[in-house]
Amino acid sequence: MQSLDELLEAAAAKAAAAGDLASLDAVRIRYLGKKGELTACLKSLGELPVAERPAAGQAINRAKQALQSSINARREALEAQQLDARLASDSIDVTLAGRGLGVGGRHPVSRTTARIEEIFRGAGFGVRSGPEIEDEFHNFTALNIPENHPARAMHDTFYFPGGMLLRTHTSPVQIRSIAAEGVPIRIIAPGRVYRCDSDQTHTPMFHQVEGLVIDEGVSFAHLKAVLHQFVEAFFERNAELRFRPSYFPFTEPSAEVDVRWGADGWLEILGCGMVHPNVLESAGIDAERYTGYAFGIGIERLAMLRYGVSDLRTFFENDLRFLEQFG
Amino acid sequence: MKVPESWLRDWVDPALDTEALGHELTMLGHEVDGIERQGAGLDGVVIAEVLDVRAHPDADRLSVCTVSAGSSDPVVVVCGAPNVKQGMKAALAVPGVELPNGVKLRRAKIRGVESNGMLCSAVELGLGEESDGILVLPADATTGMALARYLELPDAVFDLNLTPNRGDCFSVLGIARDVAALTGATLANARGTSVPPQIGDVHPVELPVPEGCPVFAGRVVRGIDPAARSPLWMVERLRRAGHRPIHPVVDVTNYVMLELGQPLHAYDYARIKGTLRPRLANAGESLVLLDGKRIELRADTTVVTDASGVIGLAGIMGGLSTAVSDATTDVYFEAAWWPPAAMAGQARGYGLHTDASLRFERGVDPTGQGRAVERATQLLLGIAGGRPGPLDVTSHTAHLPDRNPILLRRDRIGQLLGVEIDATTAHGILERLGFDAMLTDEGWLVRPPPHRFDIAIEADLIEEVARIYGYDRIPERTGRAELPLAAATETQVTTGAAAMLLVAREYREVITYSFVGAEDDAAISGAPSTLVLTNPISSEMAVMRSSLWSGMLRACAGNLSRQQDRVRLFEIGRSYHGAPDAPFEILRIGGLLAGPALPEQWGAREQAVDFFDIKSDVSALLALGRAAQGAIYLPAEHPALQPGQSASITIDGREVGVLGKLHPRVAHYFDIRRPVFLFELDHDAALAAQLPAAEGISRFPVIRRDIAVLVREEVTAEALVGAIRETAREQVRAVRIFDVYRGPGVEAGLKSVAIGLILQETSRTLTDDDADAAQAAAVEKLRQEFAAVLRD
Repeated sequence: MQSLDELLEAAAAKAAAAGDLASLDAVRIRYLGKKGELTACLKSLGELPVAERPAAGQAINRAKQALQSSINARREALEAQQLDARLASDSIDVTLAGRGLGVGGRHPVSRTTARIEEIFRGAGFGVRSGPEIEDEFHNFTALNIPENHPARAMHDTFYFPGGMLLRTHTSPVQIRSIAAEGVPIRIIAPGRVYRCDSDQTHTPMFHQVEGLVIDEGVSFAHLKAVLHQFVEAFFERNAELRFRPSYFPFTEPSAEVDVRWGADGWLEILGCGMVHPNVLESAGIDAERYTGYAFGIGIERLAMLRYGVSDLRTFFENDLRFLEQFG
Repeated sequence: MKVPESWLRDWVDPALDTEALGHELTMLGHEVDGIERQGAGLDGVVIAEVLDVRAHPDADRLSVCTVSAGSSDPVVVVCGAPNVKQGMKAALAVPGVELPNGVKLRRAKIRGVESNGMLCSAVELGLGEESDGILVLPADATTGMALARYLELPDAVFDLNLTPNRGDCFSVLGIARDVAALTGATLANARGTSVPPQIGDVHPVELPVPEGCPVFAGRVVRGIDPAARSPLWMVERLRRAGHRPIHPVVDVTNYVMLELGQPLHAYDYARIKGTLRPRLANAGESLVLLDGKRIELRADTTVVTDASGVIGLAGIMGGLSTAVSDATTDVYFEAAWWPPAAMAGQARGYGLHTDASLRFERGVDPTGQGRAVERATQLLLGIAGGRPGPLDVTSHTAHLPDRNPILLRRDRIGQLLGVEIDATTAHGILERLGFDAMLTDEGWLVRPPPHRFDIAIEADLIEEVARIYGYDRIPERTGRAELPLAAATETQVTTGAAAMLLVAREYREVITYSFVGAEDDAAISGAPSTLVLTNPISSEMAVMRSSLWSGMLRACAGNLSRQQDRVRLFEIGRSYHGAPDAPFEILRIGGLLAGPALPEQWGAREQAVDFFDIKSDVSALLALGRAAQGAIYLPAEHPALQPGQSASITIDGREVGVLGKLHPRVAHYFDIRRPVFLFELDHDAALAAQLPAAEGISRFPVIRRDIAVLVREEVTAEALVGAIRETAREQVRAVRIFDVYRGPGVEAGLKSVAIGLILQETSRTLTDDDADAAQAAAVEKLRQEFAAVLRD
């Protein structure tokens, strides 16, 4: 009879050499099964003298355990091989495109508007809107632009029979918001505006965002700060601004604001000023106690500068090849 | 307005170069749109005297001229101009000179005669747009002098974008005043000189409507030389300021207007009949204007009349009957003050816009009429001779604008500007601007000068102080504000969230015009628009859209025509409704799908979009506000949609939108040749959100029972599901239609609908008996309501 060690060695060698799970199982049955060779050793313990039996029994059990772990190790290895083989046959071309819908995108003007709103909301500005079909009172008279004022003619207004008009600026929202909320007030109002003008640099419809802050102690210095901070926040870089005197009937003092832009020098980006006392008084606000500033920004203008769009008209041509460039 | 730098420097000459002066003008509020450099490239062009002119031996139209340019020997040039004459002064360019028009001169033989230079035309010198021959220089021009020096060239022309409140700046004098105030440079004498009369003629003037014409200055000048021509220096200045020479008398009035800001009118004196009487026009009167156009006058228009009737449109344009001509020898200058209030809107009412009306509407100095007539007289005498009568000014000072003093408080300057400007500085600024500032305890009592029409209140004065002090010197200060938190609604889905959902579903946002063609709008709404613009920019932008679809369909058609085969658009914008005097606007979300449902890809077969693709997107939008559950889709008729493939969407009994397939007829109208699916929702109603109300999750298992019933085609899914839900509300958690079948085995006109009942109780485990009962109840309900037959 072989020694136990020889038996174990031969069995372990057979387990290690098993090429698949079936032959490994055959090894197990041959040595560890009910009629297995190691099992048979245990059965033959009775033939030994009583004094030798415990030691021999322990040796056999150790051998059984050792063989079992060899078999287990081999089984895990074979199973892993098998899984690897199965997975290898299951591989795909991961460079093929994903299935289903693509993704669309927002219009650059909306994207810009959303960005402006986000920046001003962060500074506690509320976002308001007003009607686009306006009356003369809100679009002109309440903004200190009386009938026959030269500024009215400059607004190139679209009219409806009976005198209603398409708002020429977002400024009427100032009047409506003051009436609705009173002061102090801190708002912006983005939206569509209309001018009866169409050429390479004008579209008859475009977008503005109005800003209005009225409170005690508000000054031109505050206006300068908020607009400078806005421009830097919007363009995500340092910006040099130039405030130059201008004229709007509803602000006094008034300014137009240019931003230094590369080699082109200065580019006009917005108009602003301190709210005219006539505007405050016609809204029933004590113009001695309260002062305020207002500004109006052309949204397309900002979008053009931000995204490098050279022709204003492309915003409203809705060519997918243009729109797809914005996400 | 175009202001030549040389002219401006006649009035004020600060130590600034052209660029710096331009910058200061911009920072004064007179934005420089451009600086046009003129007369560059005239180096080497000199004033020459034509000593001798002979016919070219070999060419009829050419002359051979001997010209002297002073110091050097006379040179021979060949000239093709018809106006070359012996003894004249002309501009000579010698070989080697490159002219502004790019021509480089070389010594050349012209038809056998050597030419050593060229006598130049105004066009060749860049000094005009047309010319009929060489430039004729005045006889007293110095031979040999550089032409550029003689003409004060090179010059720069500031193209100023003036604001409408500064009528006083529509003149060289007005701009010079501001420059002087800013820089401290001395302003030339603005009072001018007077010309003594040589004859006694005074023409009678009456002012029956003094509020419409408070000041009327006039002067007779007799015996001018009708052959006189405007001198080169004046023509040059007018040209640089954007005016063409017309007639010496007219040129003089234009020159004075550009210089002093006071428009003048010159009459042929021989053609004025009787007393001049400015008055309001009478209904039915008409006038033939200088340009030959006849206008019917409105009764609110001020006109100038004589015994013959209306001879001029006050402050806008003169009449043809009294216009000066080449035969005019006696002239009457008129310089009136027409108040801005009376002039407002007048020119525009006649479709006119003149240099005079522009200035009078914005406000002309009411004290400057006499000065302007004096200046015009002085200039005219120098050009065309003549004997002036006395200056005659008729005025009603009671009707001149009030100049009440305005209180300017020292403290208020700092409050409004956010910068402390010391009192001496502020006072100095006011005085340099010509304001009469009287010190008081609080600040100053300020009276603006007569030429300023934009100063009415304290804030106007503060702006003036800031303007001259410099906006750039005002610091930036971040404001401190009380910022109470505003209410934040959770019952309305935001526009941004809706947009992002559509973006995630591969919709691309468009922005289309709010106004569309009348036919486009009617094609969608089936009715004529109620909101028609009075003055549309084109027929394609004539009415306010009642739906977003018209613009979106145009965008779709455009993209399809540009070889895009898949178009998925959305727009968030308003539609416009109601009568023109009571309009209202609805914020809407519109969607459009055309082409394959999915982008071309390897893993999915191509399938055209259909109704259920767009419905899925609509349902997803509604689900944002958790309104999808309660939304009811019902077959609906819509003028733009195909019957049988269109639905209305109702939430809580209110219609919030429509969706469906574009009617082929409408598709054809918009030049679209493939199926298009559309939706349009009322933003606020469709995106109204229900606040989530959490309830317990049932611990008990779900039982599912599937049934299949045969029903008639017209029985809707919505009806079947609704009926089943009514049978056992507390047990039926969900009803799902998982198949709809037509074909073999199902009679025509019927369909087989497979429905899954998802059953669950919140308090106990349902038994099979419970489920059987629920299933039986559902089948019975469908049988009763729709004569549904259970399929085995």
